[in-house]
Amino acid sequence: MALLEPTRSDETQLSEAVAGDYLELLKPRVMSLVVFTAFVGMVAAPVLPHPFLAVVAIMAVAAGAGASGALNMWYDADIDAVMSRTSRRPIPAGRVRPGEALSFGLVLSVLSVMTLGVLANWLAAALLAFTIFFYAVIYTMWLKRSTPQNIVIGGAAGAFPPIIGWAAATGTVSLESIILFLIIFLWTPPHFWALALFKAGDYERAGVPMMPNVAGEASTRRQIFAYSLLIAPVGVLPWALGYASLGYGLVSAALGAGFVWYAWRVLVMPDEDRKMKPAKALFGYSLLYLFGIFAAFLADVLISRAFGLAGI
Amino acid sequence: MMHERIELTEQQKRARRSRSLAIGLGLAALVVIFYIATIVKFVNHTM
Repeated sequence: MALLEPTRSDETQLSEAVAGDYLELLKPRVMSLVVFTAFVGMVAAPVLPHPFLAVVAIMAVAAGAGASGALNMWYDADIDAVMSRTSRRPIPAGRVRPGEALSFGLVLSVLSVMTLGVLANWLAAALLAFTIFFYAVIYTMWLKRSTPQNIVIGGAAGAFPPIIGWAAATGTVSLESIILFLIIFLWTPPHFWALALFKAGDYERAGVPMMPNVAGEASTRRQIFAYSLLIAPVGVLPWALGYASLGYGLVSAALGAGFVWYAWRVLVMPDEDRKMKPAKALFGYSLLYLFGIFAAFLADVLISRAFGLAGI
Repeated sequence: MMHERIELTEQQKRARRSRSLAIGLGLAALVVIFYIATIVKFVNHTM
């Protein structure tokens, strides 16, 4: 009697996922960067929201970023399973089933966008919804597996949080927030290509067309250096356009010079260098650079506001 | 009528408790957030 037979198949397997596994789906480290950059965008805005609503808005942006991370892990589980850096993630490790991650990501996406819309404004909510869509669909499902320009275009998703933070506070998008967007957008390719240089084997196995696997290491090193020449002046733009003080200008110029120096060391890295210390050093420095630039901008805004200075 | 019962292992019970607790805390946090936010928005029309 087939109808009465027990059906303890895959469908009735019981989950052994704990809350921490779902938290891991949100990519907490990426989320922390999103929270920080969205916070800077919000604080830089001329209109400061009520502190409680500001915290909730930032939490909603963080939840939206986490949701897109969960959707990314759902779709990329096959790739993650063959890459050393990602093979211990909840889905490839078998702790969370793909369907659970998909549901979690979708519910969290809707919840975060609705919360931001109701408690902040619908422009910020629309930007958050677009960011989630861009990361999960345009980047993850389309670009990542089809072009070596994947993280160049896909980097826009990670660059939106300061614009969303600004929009949550003001209900508008401004040139200041677009410059913050540009800094992250131009930072993303050299950051990920530095990683792709010393993890090329992983990407090769996974069939992801990262720049070193498609255009070769020499071309990637040249492109990393070219981007460093772009990001260094763009980092100084807030001072050049009068949005930040000379102090910020000097700090951002020093950080930019450091970026170019680390990228130069990657450019002249010998082909036979398999340890790729310069690429690893650039990867580490790029994280410091982004944090440093946004921290300097935040400090500048707070100091300017405290002492009534602007654009000095 | 045949009743199929599935006995949870200790690990499954722990995992379910962990998930239930997280969902409970999450929902409680949402209630508190929306309650306070509503009061704040009534009092202060800044956002």
